[in-house]
Amino acid sequence: MTALALSLKNAIIRYGRMTAVDGLSLELRPGETLGLVGESGCGKTSVARAIAGLQPLSSGELAIGGEALGGSPAARRRDLQRKVQLLFQDPASSLSPRLTVGALMAEPLKIRRTYSAESWARIAALAESIGLGKQLLPRYPHQLSGGQARRVALVRAIAAEPSIIVADEPTAGLDISVQGELLNLLRSLRDRLQLSYLFISHNLNVVGRVTDRVAIMYLGQIVESGSTRQLFSTPAHPYTRALLSSNLTVDTQRRGDRIVLKGELPSPHEPPTGCRFHGRCPVARAVCATTQPRLETLSDGRAVACHFPSETGFVQAMTG
Amino acid sequence: MPALLQIARRPGGGFALFAVTVICLVAIAAPLIAPYGPNAIAPAKRLMDPSFQHLLGTDHLGRDILSRLIYGSRVALGVALSVIAISLIAGVTLGIAAALSPRAVDFSIVGIFDIVTAFPSMILALALVAVLGPGLGNVVLLVSIVFIPHFGRVARAQTVALRNSPFIEAERVLGAERWRVILHHVTPNIIGPIFVLACMDIPVVITIEAGLSFLGLGVRPPLASWGSLLNDGYTYLEQSIWLATFSGLALILATLGFALLGEAMRDTLDPKLRKHL
Repeated sequence: MTALALSLKNAIIRYGRMTAVDGLSLELRPGETLGLVGESGCGKTSVARAIAGLQPLSSGELAIGGEALGGSPAARRRDLQRKVQLLFQDPASSLSPRLTVGALMAEPLKIRRTYSAESWARIAALAESIGLGKQLLPRYPHQLSGGQARRVALVRAIAAEPSIIVADEPTAGLDISVQGELLNLLRSLRDRLQLSYLFISHNLNVVGRVTDRVAIMYLGQIVESGSTRQLFSTPAHPYTRALLSSNLTVDTQRRGDRIVLKGELPSPHEPPTGCRFHGRCPVARAVCATTQPRLETLSDGRAVACHFPSETGFVQAMTG
Repeated sequence: MPALLQIARRPGGGFALFAVTVICLVAIAAPLIAPYGPNAIAPAKRLMDPSFQHLLGTDHLGRDILSRLIYGSRVALGVALSVIAISLIAGVTLGIAAALSPRAVDFSIVGIFDIVTAFPSMILALALVAVLGPGLGNVVLLVSIVFIPHFGRVARAQTVALRNSPFIEAERVLGAERWRVILHHVTPNIIGPIFVLACMDIPVVITIEAGLSFLGLGVRPPLASWGSLLNDGYTYLEQSIWLATFSGLALILATLGFALLGEAMRDTLDPKLRKHL
């Protein structure tokens, strides 16, 4: 068995007294695309930043390519960390405003001291192949369109020769046709360069289309994870179900089943007792308010953190 | 040069560019354009009024005022530029270091800045020169110390605003080392306002040097500085007003020129107007 591209074990991220991510574990296999889905404020971006090395873990362990970062010396840690590249939510602001597109794309090579005529030619060819022609090289970031800025950021990430790309809302702010192009581009790059993706989004249409597996986050924890097909067809956790039902669909038959959650996302400053979702859960019972459910693996291979995960129990509660 | 044109279009910008250019040219070409030696004494022609021989008159030792003013511009510019260069480099280095250091280091550096800034710059410069003794070298060194916090604080504030911005983080994700981020990404993005500040500080330094020289703590006689000339003129004010008047005018021209240039630069470099550059 080959080593996992990335594994995160029992990660806790605190900002002062607030716990944004509480005991989260993720595994990313080589060549796969894992979706991380959740509402705004659930800790998705904190996870992305921690994996990219921008946010220290308060506790937990991050391993890249099977090698734990915790025990490694600083130089090795930087090399490992470079294998993870982050596509920022707002790509335009992730580009240094005083550098030209050409200089921005050469930057990763210069940082790794591998800049040469050949290495630059490779990057320029890559840029050209995804529609960033030579005429763009002397431009500055503020002269780029949203799609162009995203592609420049992508070229920079690829130039660092990563094995993992963390994409934080990569389709936000793009119109549908550009979104489609970008997703196809990401997929073809993955196959060509054997990349693994951690794909962070709240856009379920996109996640359903591009990911192999999905993990659903709620208030800093994973409530359900499994293969995308399983999870989208038979969600086991009531939160997953609610999320999927809220997704806009043209299927009029499914529209009627919409589950509207009560209340708002609780504050991570004071997470609810027991199951964090119980206050908004349509099937919550007494035990949910007192005992926190563990993330358990079901017979079909997916993992769910719910006291009443099965479809039957869920439907019973809904109808009865 | 569209940048210069932009500056020229600002109110006072044209005058500022003109005055600064003239002063710089005069300082560089002093030996070529001065009609007399700056220290050529002519006891027979003491305290003369302006005439065709001596366009601005002579002082109490019969020295040509115009020539001394022309040479005085070298002292003024030399002191101002060296003070600004020293304090800018030291200030920006300390400011960036403070912003990127652990809290304790940051607090200490800012604390020192605050202590230095708590004193009026002229008084502090005066006290320091009084302790270490007069002379141009000491003046440059000590006035530089007084000005370090000016640049340090702006550099620190700008760096704090910048240090968590996405493009700096993006460089870190790419694996850029600290020095690379500082030199290639922090410094170029904070230096614009600091250059403007430098330009606006030049007249202040010129005034302080003149003040110290006026008090006899700056240049040593017979070297001419606008401040020492003003002092000479003041001493003999009852016999002749010309030295005091013209050295005062030179000072006004220089300070006004640099101050207006600084303001015009600030307006031009404003990010909202930068698109047109």
